[in-house]
Amino acid sequence: MSEPAATVEAKLPKDLAAERGMVNVQIDGVWLQVPRGMRMIEACKLAQKEVPHYCYHPKLTAPGNCRMCLVQMGMPPRPAPGQDPVRDADGYENIGWMPRPVIACANTVSENMGIRTGGELVEKCREGVMEFLLINHPLDCPICDQAGECRLQEFSVEHGKGESRFVDAKVKKPKNVDIGPRVRLDDERCIMCSRCIRFMDEVAADPVLGFTQRGTHTTLTVHPGKRLDSNYSLNTVDICPVGALTSNDFRFQMRVWFLKETKSIDVNCGTGSNITIWARGNKVHRITPRQNDEVNSNWMPDSHRLSFHQIDSDKRLTEPLAKDGSVHAPISWGSAIADSAAELRKFHASEIAIIASARMTNEELFLVRALASELGTSLVTTVPRMGESDGLLISADRNPNSTGAKLVWQSGDTAGNLATIREGVRQGSIKALLVLSEDLVEAGFSSEDLAKPAFIASIQLLAGPTAEASHIVLPGAAFAEKRGSMVNVTGRIQRLNRAVEPLGSAKDDWEILRDLILALQGAKVGDGPNSIEDVFKAMSSQVPEFDGLSLSKIGDLGQAIVATGVTIPLLDNERARKAAGLING
Amino acid sequence: MAVVKVTRPKLNAGEKMYLGAIFKGFVITMKHAIASMRNKTRGADAMESTGLGITMQYPEQKWDGHLPDYYRGAPALVTDEQDRERCVSCQLCEFICPPKAIKITPGEIPSDDPWAKVEKRPKEFEIDMTRCIYCGMCEEVCPEQAIYLRKDYAITGLKRADMVHNKKKLYEIGGKRVGLVNKWNELK
Repeated sequence: MSEPAATVEAKLPKDLAAERGMVNVQIDGVWLQVPRGMRMIEACKLAQKEVPHYCYHPKLTAPGNCRMCLVQMGMPPRPAPGQDPVRDADGYENIGWMPRPVIACANTVSENMGIRTGGELVEKCREGVMEFLLINHPLDCPICDQAGECRLQEFSVEHGKGESRFVDAKVKKPKNVDIGPRVRLDDERCIMCSRCIRFMDEVAADPVLGFTQRGTHTTLTVHPGKRLDSNYSLNTVDICPVGALTSNDFRFQMRVWFLKETKSIDVNCGTGSNITIWARGNKVHRITPRQNDEVNSNWMPDSHRLSFHQIDSDKRLTEPLAKDGSVHAPISWGSAIADSAAELRKFHASEIAIIASARMTNEELFLVRALASELGTSLVTTVPRMGESDGLLISADRNPNSTGAKLVWQSGDTAGNLATIREGVRQGSIKALLVLSEDLVEAGFSSEDLAKPAFIASIQLLAGPTAEASHIVLPGAAFAEKRGSMVNVTGRIQRLNRAVEPLGSAKDDWEILRDLILALQGAKVGDGPNSIEDVFKAMSSQVPEFDGLSLSKIGDLGQAIVATGVTIPLLDNERARKAAGLING
Repeated sequence: MAVVKVTRPKLNAGEKMYLGAIFKGFVITMKHAIASMRNKTRGADAMESTGLGITMQYPEQKWDGHLPDYYRGAPALVTDEQDRERCVSCQLCEFICPPKAIKITPGEIPSDDPWAKVEKRPKEFEIDMTRCIYCGMCEEVCPEQAIYLRKDYAITGLKRADMVHNKKKLYEIGGKRVGLVNKWNELK
């Protein structure tokens, strides 16, 4: 036993690290092992030492043009011929510090390197860089949407001077430039970090942005004749460290310091991009992507980001409605549920069909299964919604929870019954339809078909042909108003969280389903599950893939639970670039 | 501390019959009453009293001329020399306001407006005067010198809705304020 220990002792730290593909780096006096090839700025992040920076972004190449991340670097002195390196008691070589700083973002770590993220030299350099960056920057903060989340604001508080020493006239550049349908450019605010240029080139593969002119006149602009109209253009707004690029949609809507952040997921396609919902009071003001390197990296498509406006649009249904002749009139929740149950009971089980949706959460789909067995019908289906993948983040499957529906219903094809139901409605053999968060027109029903069933009850978010055709409309909750789980195309279970309360007297979908089941059973209100957590618990005992999970155990980043073999193209690109050493990821 | 024993003063017979003291007090009161009827009360001039004694006849008479410069009355919005709204709806006052009396709806200045370069101004600006505590934080935090506490103190209304000052009312109270920093000048 003593012999191997002796060998370990004999090994130098550099050899120990090399065995694991690591190198030893001393950061602010503390030695630690970091992966070989890592950039210095990432190593400092590992050591929890903040290095202020603008141009560096872990998912983009590092051109090193903002000069804000200057740190002091040191390496062991080169020994003279025949001289042995001098080592201290722990086996590290002494560090010879360089008299000039280096940028931490574009340099990689090496064995026995020393980094100082503070000290007089580094601090003086930062102050100098900060002063240069602020020379031509306008005092726009009161009208700038970035105020409150602006890196320039933050670092000028930490490293800047209170006032400008610059007495000459500031350089004038174009302001309020229309460069694309969703993004506004203010060139005076730009600090030339080139993050947006690199994003459009490297990630969105639509390189329309670039710099023109030189020196202090450098101007960000779009290529002549082109526009920044990529479906990923709003990501440039997120990564812009200042207010040079702002979103037209969020422009002047609300200051960011009023907004409450809720971590949730996007429900517009099977990818299930992780998002942050920014709300004040009961109004959602914007949605931004949230980093999850297994799903959407740091990005999301504009089309998905802006879809939240339907939550409080004019078309939103906010009260239960019952058809009285040809018009709908508001009724109470109690009678809406009781009437639906009573009407459904009038039909034979074989005359009832349920059209559910793969846009529902796992918990809701689980209750749909219980509802179907309560009604005794086997005609239950989801509606497939296939499109084309955009080769980046938008999945071909436009339903966010197709995988979850398969797991919860333990069925390989959840949409298999759709054609049968459609035919049944046309033939008249299906007389009652229960439509849950789904659009019948998208499901292939014509307007004549919609008039055929004797009774249609539906849970709907928005007014439309399905709500119009329904005899009883139950207003459901939008994605930002519910908590629940979904499984994305890669087989990752992820969690939705409630950011705002359901609008008006709209109700969470799972509560509507529970109340409907209770009414059909003739049970008392309050007999069913009382919280979404209870539903998940009941579901996890029946679905083996969810075994041992709970809504809180899913976590903010989700968990991979099944292997579907589907990959997300954008992540494949990113991994390839990481493997090539272009980015640190 | 040492204990001090207080002895009761010895009163003579006249003092024990306290009617004398009552009468003395009555005479003093009457002296003041008659003086005030004749408008000869001390300090009446300083109070600009016209009627009875030192009492100021509010609201016919007001103390407004005597309000100090630092007096904190109703908050109001001001315009500059060129009649530009100084407020750019940065919402810092809304954020700092301790009783949450301020509500701002920001809006964009259309591109054909002469002040289009300012880009932003309030579409609506409401101060709920039933909430306002006249603390002056809004004035202090304003980066555009757009909101000031004026000397208006009698804010009344018959309904709660009357007590909410909208943008029009706020500019009415605030008026024009000259000599402030003009940061949105032609150099900008």
